[in-house]
Amino acid sequence: MIDRIASLGRSGADVVISIGRAGRFLAGVLSGVPRPVTGFPLLMKQLYSVGVLSLAIIVVSGLFIGMVLGLQGYTILSDFGSEAAIGQMIALTLVRELGPVVTALLFAGRAGSALTAEIGLMKATEQLSSMEMMGVDPLRRVIAPRLWAGFIAMPILAIIFSMVGIWGGMLVGVEWLGVFEGSYWGNMQASVDFWDDVVNGIIKSVVFGFVCAWIAVYQGYDCVPTSAGISSATTKTVVYSSLAVLGLDFVLTAVMFGNF
Amino acid sequence: MGLDSYITLKDVVFSRSDRRIFSGVTLDIPRGKITAIMGPSGTGKTTLLRLIGGQLRPDSGNIIVDGQSIPELRRKELYTFREKMGMLFQSGALFTDLSVFENVAFPMRVHTKLPEDMINDIVLMKLEAVGLRGARNLMPSELSGGMNRRVALARSIALDPELIMYDEPFAGQDPIGMGVLVKLIRDLNSSMGLTSVLVSHDVQESLSICHYACIIADGKVIGAGSPEELKNHPSEQVQQFLHGHPDGPVPFHYPSAAAAEDFGVAGGVS
Repeated sequence: MIDRIASLGRSGADVVISIGRAGRFLAGVLSGVPRPVTGFPLLMKQLYSVGVLSLAIIVVSGLFIGMVLGLQGYTILSDFGSEAAIGQMIALTLVRELGPVVTALLFAGRAGSALTAEIGLMKATEQLSSMEMMGVDPLRRVIAPRLWAGFIAMPILAIIFSMVGIWGGMLVGVEWLGVFEGSYWGNMQASVDFWDDVVNGIIKSVVFGFVCAWIAVYQGYDCVPTSAGISSATTKTVVYSSLAVLGLDFVLTAVMFGNF
Repeated sequence: MGLDSYITLKDVVFSRSDRRIFSGVTLDIPRGKITAIMGPSGTGKTTLLRLIGGQLRPDSGNIIVDGQSIPELRRKELYTFREKMGMLFQSGALFTDLSVFENVAFPMRVHTKLPEDMINDIVLMKLEAVGLRGARNLMPSELSGGMNRRVALARSIALDPELIMYDEPFAGQDPIGMGVLVKLIRDLNSSMGLTSVLVSHDVQESLSICHYACIIADGKVIGAGSPEELKNHPSEQVQQFLHGHPDGPVPFHYPSAAAAEDFGVAGGVS
């Protein structure tokens, strides 16, 4: 019994230490004055690899999710004779919830895992150490551009996801199932509020982008530099990011839409 | 030692995860010479280089490089100080997304504002020094192990450092590759007036080029001096290491329970 309590205490202490280390790591990455001349090309390169290269999965997923929402929404709403509200339903679902959350989950799987594996492998092959010995701080040179790229790319990807989803919903609802196009767009325009819905959705995706990118780069930088260590760090990135996104989504939704 | 020391280690104690790696290492590394640090695998030779480079901090004791106490430097000062150090890692540690040329140009691009044509000339000169000017457009994945290490060597001398540290430069090299590296280490030291620290367990190669050598085992220096002095060193442990005897002060058997107990033989096994 005492052993169990001790082991529980140790696990708790390990979690706290780990969060503290991640916090110190983040402070190290964000401290210092950014150097636009050297930093900008590095940021652009990372924006391409975490942002542009994630576009395909985001667009395809957004399209299918929008189409599924169109089908499900039509089936449910037509029971009440209110299938004209399908545009409103799809837009609110995507902009408020599915856009930021599903994009973040896909981002963690596609870009986050790649970031962790890349940084972990750089650590295992001593590239980070050699940079340190050349007088170049890897936190500034390697980690910071990747963190900022994730932070910037996520909201843009979430917006694209929602836009493609709304278009996919229209394909099914209007083109296939015959909902009047005017009511699809009109209901959407009347019920989606820019500040309450769109901006809150973007704020969510900004938070998720920051958390996912932070977890990904920290796991890569902190991994045990062996093949097993990198594999475990990559898994942790996806698991921790997904849990963090879903947990934070609840908190943010409660704050934004709870009306307490 | 009577020579001008470039690096001085004073009673350095270092532990990692409750395991004591160094229990009071004191060592002087002379300026402008090649010093070999040798010892069995796992004695912390690479750790010693990382302590000198400030990547690790000692639990106690001091490390002085060119008159500067390394553990006392703040992060930013340390990064600036490292510009006069070069290090050749065991794996080469080339940046895999950059070509050979860009790898060698990297330190110059970060630390200097030299014009592009001058960087081009310096990179080609450094690559010429290691015999790989013709390989400048290759990617690291296209290089053999020996070429990889030579490119890394060219990169570590890109900023004309005062000190260069070699981590197991001969490990895994064929005889030709080893010969090339021995020649390069010796030539670079004499032509650039570098202070070279060489960590290795290749006794013959190391002793053939070093001016001074020390052997580390069990967390401390067990023998130090010129190659000749080491060859005549009275310590049995030093002689066992230099001649590669399978048994001696470092036993062949890993510590274990009595054989009789493990084999379940009553009365014991001789």
